Amino acid sequence: MRAKHLLSAADLTAGEITRVLDTAAHLAKVTDRAIKKVPTLRGRTVCNLFFEDSTRTRISFELAAKRLSADVINFSAKGSSVSKGESLKDTAITLEAMGVDAIVIRHGASGAPWRLAEWVRAVVVNAGDGTHEHPTQALLDLYTMRQRFPSFEGLRVAIVGDVLHSRVARSNVLALTTMGAEVTLVAPPTLLPARVESWGVAVSYDLDAVLPKQDVVMMLRVQLERQRAGFFPSMREYARLYGLDARRLDAMADHAIVMHPGPMNRGVEIAADVADSLERSVIADQVANGISVRMALLYLLLGGPEVTA
Amino acid sequence: MTQRTLLRGGRLVDPASGHDGVADVLLDGGVVAEVGPGLEAAGAKRVDCGGLVVCPGFVDLHVHLREPGREDAETIETGSRAAALGGYTAVCPMPNTDPVADNAGVVEMVAARGREVGLVDVFPVGAVTLGQRGVELAELGAMARSAATVDCFSDDGNPIREARLLRLALEYARAFDAVVADHAEDASLTDGAQMHEGEVSAMLGLAGWPAAAEEMVVARDLLLAELTGGRLHLCHLSTANAVELVRAAKARGVRVTAEAAPHHFTLTDEVVRGYDPVFKVNPPLREKADVEAVRQGLADGTIDAIATDHAPHAREDKEVEWTAAPPGMLGLETALGLAVAELVAPGYLALPAAIERLTAGPARCRRLPGHGGPVTPGAPANLTVLDPAARWTVDRARLASRARNTPFHGRELTGRVVHTLLRGAFTVRDGKAQR
Repeated sequence: MRAKHLLSAADLTAGEITRVLDTAAHLAKVTDRAIKKVPTLRGRTVCNLFFEDSTRTRISFELAAKRLSADVINFSAKGSSVSKGESLKDTAITLEAMGVDAIVIRHGASGAPWRLAEWVRAVVVNAGDGTHEHPTQALLDLYTMRQRFPSFEGLRVAIVGDVLHSRVARSNVLALTTMGAEVTLVAPPTLLPARVESWGVAVSYDLDAVLPKQDVVMMLRVQLERQRAGFFPSMREYARLYGLDARRLDAMADHAIVMHPGPMNRGVEIAADVADSLERSVIADQVANGISVRMALLYLLLGGPEVTA
Repeated sequence: MTQRTLLRGGRLVDPASGHDGVADVLLDGGVVAEVGPGLEAAGAKRVDCGGLVVCPGFVDLHVHLREPGREDAETIETGSRAAALGGYTAVCPMPNTDPVADNAGVVEMVAARGREVGLVDVFPVGAVTLGQRGVELAELGAMARSAATVDCFSDDGNPIREARLLRLALEYARAFDAVVADHAEDASLTDGAQMHEGEVSAMLGLAGWPAAAEEMVVARDLLLAELTGGRLHLCHLSTANAVELVRAAKARGVRVTAEAAPHHFTLTDEVVRGYDPVFKVNPPLREKADVEAVRQGLADGTIDAIATDHAPHAREDKEVEWTAAPPGMLGLETALGLAVAELVAPGYLALPAAIERLTAGPARCRRLPGHGGPVTPGAPANLTVLDPAARWTVDRARLASRARNTPFHGRELTGRVVHTLLRGAFTVRDGKAQR
């Protein structure tokens, strides 16, 4: 890996993304064994530094690190310097003094992992920053797509929903366009970022027009607070225009799959029978794959020559 | 002061009189005694200014000195020293202190402290509304008639939301021939905004501050100035349309003046990509076309003044996540170097025009007796001597400001202040503050 940290999906070349996915496939076999552990990162310490609650992501990273035999500490620091707790910098200095090797950071402020990376020698992994990026989610999404499709070249992926506030969308757009996929963003105009055309993606406000052409349909979580802030008139109208229900599922190609980063708002952006569809939904696979992909990342960022030296 | 000083052999650039040519300047008793080539001044202390430019002391219409209230970030003393080193002899601190400068007591205290320090003349800006809350007018008359003789009012970073209130302020201030200075920002469009809204904010996942939020308030303010006949000053123009609106208003005779900050004619939003809050400022760093428009506005005089919006912040306040950091950057010690490097060197303005935007330009935006020139016999000897060709590299550790939040650390600038004189006395000599 060229970059020391994993801060953005843009840090990774196509070759590096492929290497992460290949490594994850290899490590996935560990998960199938009776004793789900390899000694690769024995003696290394990984800190999960979570300024925001995200039990799913934290557990996924924790399991990934433990299956590589790393020591794991969980530092839940709800309330960052924004709310008068200890400052991020002091937390960084503390962790540095404790000699951690990697810090997995989830933070409500866009860019917080960049700041952290300036203050520590440890490897920093971005586990979601504000409304910016969530690169490990993108990698596990790509891994899940690759299980179903032979190549990303020309793969048609629609990302549907609150792109403006979505870290999942940004990281997926970056990783997917790097790999040669054809991405279409579908959202009401109020939930698309300024000058989104510059992202090298197609943009549509019409989900029905886009659906039949897609290989992958990725639904994003929409939050009630966005409706309260006036981005769209009501949850009901949102669901009607941008929700994936059984009727829309039927309009998709037979081979197309449905993804969602979780947690889902059933009945809003995704209908329950779509989420649970055994043929189409790969949402449970995404969760399982998250562990393997995060194992691969920790291995590649922390392992390598330093372990054997 | 009875010491006579002869500034010998420099190029005197005095925009107020239109003078540009080699001339000696003789100072006596704190005022200019004589100006002309080859002055014989027996007994005077001679200061060789060969190869240097002599001009009026710089005037900064927009600074934050943080006293009273945040003396850990800056004081009137440290800010005055930074100003003198930057070539300034007059600065206008904004009222957003704690307590707010919305009454005669605070503005008098600030002005008095400035006199006590004695490195620059301090002309405080009073708040337009009580507590800068935008609800009711502060006692503008009391501040105008106070010992600080305030003739400029602004609610600074809390722009006046209600058109009616701004209208009344513009009208009421006419009684004192005072200026109302507005920071143009429509707060309903910038709620939670972190940076300029554009391609970069979209990629960085930071809430955007659209250019329109500045432009619509600039348009409103210009219309109200036209309606009331009041004197309007627009702070830190940062967008292309804002510059164009002011250009058109001036063409139809609206009484408006405008300023622009060095960071807005130098930096774009691209620098935000690393999330270092040293680049966080309000209004935010914009795009290339905006930077170009601000430069053009300064070039054709649409923008009257370069004002730094010098905004010191304590280290711990900036060493945080981008979204948690306050906006603002230092400016006093780098303004000249940026003006020469970014405006003069690329050919936007000739050196005398750039000096005009630092001296006579800002001085005509409000009443600042004795500042901005002309450098003629009898005028207070508030002067700056600079080396327009000197190249130097900004080192934040060596700034006189108490704060360190310069976005120009490590940048090479052109043009350096050699001497600054306030009423004939050196506040800066050979690049060193005298106190």
